[in-house]
Amino acid sequence: MGAGIFIGIINGFFGGGGGMICVPALILLGLSNKQAQATAILIMLPISIASAIVYYSSGFVDWNSVLFVSIGSVIGGIVGAYLLKKLSNNVLQYVFALVVVAAGVRMLF
Amino acid sequence: MLWYYLSLAGLFGGLVGGMGMGGGTLLIPILTMFLGVDQHLAQAINLLVFIPTGIIAVIIHAKNKLIDYKVFGIIIFPAMATAVGAALLVGKLESDLLKILFGVFLVLIGIFQLYQAIKASIDRKKKITRPVLKHNLYPPRNKDF
Repeated sequence: MGAGIFIGIINGFFGGGGGMICVPALILLGLSNKQAQATAILIMLPISIASAIVYYSSGFVDWNSVLFVSIGSVIGGIVGAYLLKKLSNNVLQYVFALVVVAAGVRMLF
Repeated sequence: MLWYYLSLAGLFGGLVGGMGMGGGTLLIPILTMFLGVDQHLAQAINLLVFIPTGIIAVIIHAKNKLIDYKVFGIIIFPAMATAVGAALLVGKLESDLLKILFGVFLVLIGIFQLYQAIKASIDRKKKITRPVLKHNLYPPRNKDF
């Protein structure tokens, strides 16, 4: 329940990132890696829909942008899932972590 | 031309997300830093973009029986309540302040990811070396011995 409270706060407040907390939390609760990733998506789905409704009612939705980003995202998602099968080490995980830190620092200044 | 850049940002976010890393965590700063999208709007875009992809992924995972519905049932209600509360609160915040808070969140999540990557590397090395050592030090014995 504690995990749920925390995941909801993060995803509602920042509009994302909940999955990155949800997956390790579910693994800690005893789920396998694949189960944790699958269950995390089912958890994130209603949370994202509920948060999106609140954002929409507060006037923060630009449908044109949503449409174009979605088109790119679906294509990228398919290519990414295909590439994942071909990856043999976690170099990308390191690159991702460093890019996220760099983006965070950049946003602070 | 903006539609072109927005699709490109989505493509990049989707690519990272498809590889199992937080696509949205990267999509939001791309939208705000490179395309000048307002922080609140970027967060709303990320939430909405996740919905169609999430539905497809859930259907596939449910077919593969990978979803733990018991854990889902425990977590979903408190998560829904706090998500709505946090989303209502965020609407009252200034965009610049939200951007700074998001930056802090990114730094923390990046450090956490780095820790997980290092841990995964160590686990991988152990998996490779353990069977070799076992074989050399403890040759298989006869069960009747």
